[in-house]
Amino acid sequence: MERVPEQRNLVLILARAFAAQLATALFLVDDEGTVIYYNEAAEQLLARKFIEGAGMPAEEWSTVFRPRDAEGRSVPLVSLPLGVTMLKREPAHGVIMITGADGVDRRIEVAAFPLFAHTEDFVGAVALFWARPEDRP
Amino acid sequence: MKGRIWGSRGSIASPGQDTKRYGGNTSCVELRPPGCDVVILDAGTGIRELGVRLVREGAERMFLLLTHLHVDHLEGLGMFEPIWRKQTELHIWGPASPVASLEQRIATYFSPPLFPVHLSEVPATIEYHDASESEWQIDGAGFTSNAIIHPGPTVGYRIESKGRVLAYLTDHEPALGADLASDAPDWISGFALAHRADVLIHDCQYTPQEYEHRLGFGHSSTEHVARFAEATAVDRVLLFHHDPMHSDDQIDAMRDDVVARWGVDGDRCTAAAEGAEIQV
Repeated sequence: MERVPEQRNLVLILARAFAAQLATALFLVDDEGTVIYYNEAAEQLLARKFIEGAGMPAEEWSTVFRPRDAEGRSVPLVSLPLGVTMLKREPAHGVIMITGADGVDRRIEVAAFPLFAHTEDFVGAVALFWARPEDRP
Repeated sequence: MKGRIWGSRGSIASPGQDTKRYGGNTSCVELRPPGCDVVILDAGTGIRELGVRLVREGAERMFLLLTHLHVDHLEGLGMFEPIWRKQTELHIWGPASPVASLEQRIATYFSPPLFPVHLSEVPATIEYHDASESEWQIDGAGFTSNAIIHPGPTVGYRIESKGRVLAYLTDHEPALGADLASDAPDWISGFALAHRADVLIHDCQYTPQEYEHRLGFGHSSTEHVARFAEATAVDRVLLFHHDPMHSDDQIDAMRDDVVARWGVDGDRCTAAAEGAEIQV
């Protein structure tokens, strides 16, 4: 019997379609925490284009933008809102400072939530993020 | 694998002079994988006549694969004669919802005021199987189900027997989640189910012009079917779930449009007609 190709979960397909239409920055990660899509609004905030098919593992997205707290201390993956959502599979929220690929520091507010296709069927997570109103140009 | 179309109409049964050639019964397909008891795809109004024949044949064990529970895919079950016979062993696969089992969801239809008899009063032995995302075997035939884009919990099926594959994706709007011409295949709803199938039975409810006013209704246009067939590299396509407002002549024109857009020989694309035999 021929092997059936791998297929994204429908929830992730629909989440990506939703994200592509959204003016708010959005990260979409799979059940292992790899970013499998981020939208144009996120590209602007991060000053980095999303490369289809490349993926970005948690070790990369949690460090490459140098997330920091209000005192400038580095925030580890387990304390980032999306990290909390991945580990605990529950919603999380926070404000962090990041540095985009253009070298510009930005203070962003993040709301992350898990995606369950069915009860106990964790397929990934979403992180919405936006610049704090007082920091917008 | 052989089969027969017992209903190819979408949304609501549509008998009449204008629909005689393709038929007015809603979704139901009979499939006979070699060495396997009868497999039935969906329980639209077409299943009534199939049931009469199965009783005549003396069939007692059968498998019903429901893609979803919209009425046009379930309304024939109450008039499916085998369920009113105690000796019938019916296995039903279909999608559970995030909060209700398949049996609970079918019971919603099988109860007053929608139906006079409760599901629990049906004399046949019925076993329910969640088909949200799974693979299983029956008598040497392989079955795969996966969720596909359509409002509410909906699955498509891939059935393999003796190296031949039939994919059944009625009620499917893959264009809602991806650009069918350019996105990577794993982002296209239904791709894995249909990949290199010998026969793909696929939703083709709208013309591109109609689709502009039906976005999100859960169905495909001729353009989408052509792009999906191309992306999945299927051999043949049976256009299915005909719009109840479309006449036979309009369906002919839609089939020609799919062939032109797909760019293949005409014998690789047929509009599913009630009573037509399927050879996989």
